[in-house]
Amino acid sequence: MATSTDSAPRRITAPVPSAAHAPIDETEGSGKYRARRIGGRVVLYAVATFFSLFAALPFAWMVLTVFKADSDLYRANNNPFIYNDPPTLANLDLLWNETNYRTFILNTFIVAMLVVLITVIIVVPAAYSLTRLAGRWGESLGILIFLVYLVPPTLLFIPLTGVVADLGLQNSRWSMVLVYPTFTIPFCTWLLMGFFKSVPWDIEEQAMIDGYTRLGAIWRTVLPVSVPGILTVVIFSFMLTMHEFVYALAFVQSSGNKTVSVGVFTELIRGDVYFWQALMAAAALVAFPVALLYNYFLDRFIAGFTLGAVKG
Amino acid sequence: MSATTTSGGAAVGAASGGERFFLEREKVLGPLMLLPAVIYIVALVGFPLVLAVLYAFTNVTVGDPRIDGTGDFVGLDNFRAVLNDNVFRKALRNTIGFTVISQIIVIILANILSLVLAADFKGKRLVRFLILLPWTTPIALGVLGWFWLLDSVYSPIDYALRRLDLLGPQTPLGPARNMYWLGETELARFAVLLVHIWRTLPLATVILLAGLTSIPQDIKDAANVDGAGFWRQLFYIRLPLLLPIMAVASLFSIVFTFTDLTVSLVLTRGGPVNDTQVLATWAYFKGIQGGSLAQGAAIALFLLPVLIAIAIAMLRLARRAGAD
Repeated sequence: MATSTDSAPRRITAPVPSAAHAPIDETEGSGKYRARRIGGRVVLYAVATFFSLFAALPFAWMVLTVFKADSDLYRANNNPFIYNDPPTLANLDLLWNETNYRTFILNTFIVAMLVVLITVIIVVPAAYSLTRLAGRWGESLGILIFLVYLVPPTLLFIPLTGVVADLGLQNSRWSMVLVYPTFTIPFCTWLLMGFFKSVPWDIEEQAMIDGYTRLGAIWRTVLPVSVPGILTVVIFSFMLTMHEFVYALAFVQSSGNKTVSVGVFTELIRGDVYFWQALMAAAALVAFPVALLYNYFLDRFIAGFTLGAVKG
Repeated sequence: MSATTTSGGAAVGAASGGERFFLEREKVLGPLMLLPAVIYIVALVGFPLVLAVLYAFTNVTVGDPRIDGTGDFVGLDNFRAVLNDNVFRKALRNTIGFTVISQIIVIILANILSLVLAADFKGKRLVRFLILLPWTTPIALGVLGWFWLLDSVYSPIDYALRRLDLLGPQTPLGPARNMYWLGETELARFAVLLVHIWRTLPLATVILLAGLTSIPQDIKDAANVDGAGFWRQLFYIRLPLLLPIMAVASLFSIVFTFTDLTVSLVLTRGGPVNDTQVLATWAYFKGIQGGSLAQGAAIALFLLPVLIAIAIAMLRLARRAGAD
């Protein structure tokens, strides 16, 4: 982004493969089209820069805050965009050693691991069944299951609070382990169905011709080639767990059992006293790794979300 | 004749007899493999959905969540109490307002932004990563960033406005030294709206981008050969072809905005004086914080009609896509 001004003139001499800004007539040296093309590049970079700044703004402010000393941050006349006092790591020390943050992280991981396990065990046979055994009903059933993902937590958290209390799980990490698969299962079943459709099924049929039972053939041929798909399921159920806020907020009140999203929001803001640097560090330390992971797997996510309206 | 004894699998199949044969039948194995998923969904989505409706007609609380008998049923009392409440009406208005306004803006911006991301340029990977941040980071943490960005005293936006002589004594936005973004009704509503746009724009954009890249190259080539310009291609080819996928993007974004609890709760806690309260936050304050599961359920049920409409729209879209 920063290099937009100097790279724009260079770029226009190269062929532009994109459809979005390719002019109709590529007449070389035609001043009108040349000007138009430069204009197109300038607009492109301007728009890209503007939206990048808008999207990253709160995160940039977050990161900047983490390393600020109190004497710097809490002086309204200080320029907030620079370090007026030298940056410090003291806030990270405070977060790590004097708050429950480590407990929140640990809780999040425990819940996420168990949710991932339950999801994989249930989703792999379900997706296989819908892709391979359900015939023409498979796709419709799959879409129905995916729509369950859209039943929002805000509609279900009230009755589920009752269910969780009835089971004696209120205020326990198990409440989240029990409830989170309600959104990871529908989402990941649909995701894995998409993956299974691209598996070369001849190997399974060949294994059955060779004398394996169907279950034997699944175990020996289907599962090994499905490892990337199952890995995607693991990643997404993990990430959906990291993102969840509503159920955790409704079910768990005691600090020792909270996950990161809720713990940071409810425990690190104490009354009117905000430990802003520690708070922002707590958010940033989780937000960025999750964002990197998500970004890497995003195409699979979108392929699921387009409901087959886009033909790959 | 010797085949049965030499091939291992067939020998096992013959040895263990009926049970294995039974499991091998697709009509049995298929439903059996699907069963755990169905049980989970019925028990923890289907049943609670029914329970939500039942709760709305009872007097259950967080302390006593069990419907013990017909004595717990109170008819339409909850709905009467909810509808007579001024805050509920505010919440309903806000929910609809935030959703409609933010999603109109999102679909326009997403169209622009997806065109940008479809083009090739230097630093595109970084731009994509940054633009996606609002969607890829856990929502509660991102909104926390906005909360601090719009702080009543230390907001860097206020500082910038002061330096530009727009804020402070004897300035257009003055005389106060701060905007109090989350403390003034109109500004707080604007802030919630802005964060909703910020949050759903990446999702709508990447869904549209998937649609954009799936437009067949020969259609683009034909348009180029015929001499159609950028705007003509946009309005006569791209937008019409993208319409179904735009509908998909919009429906998802609408669901996420309409049912959202986190933005209003983390940013303003519904304030000032309940002016940014939405159905989800009000259901939370009444149902969980206030302890009346019954009233919370009655409030949350007002989300249902819109959700059903959206589910039907999605099924029709998916069917049309399947028929092509």
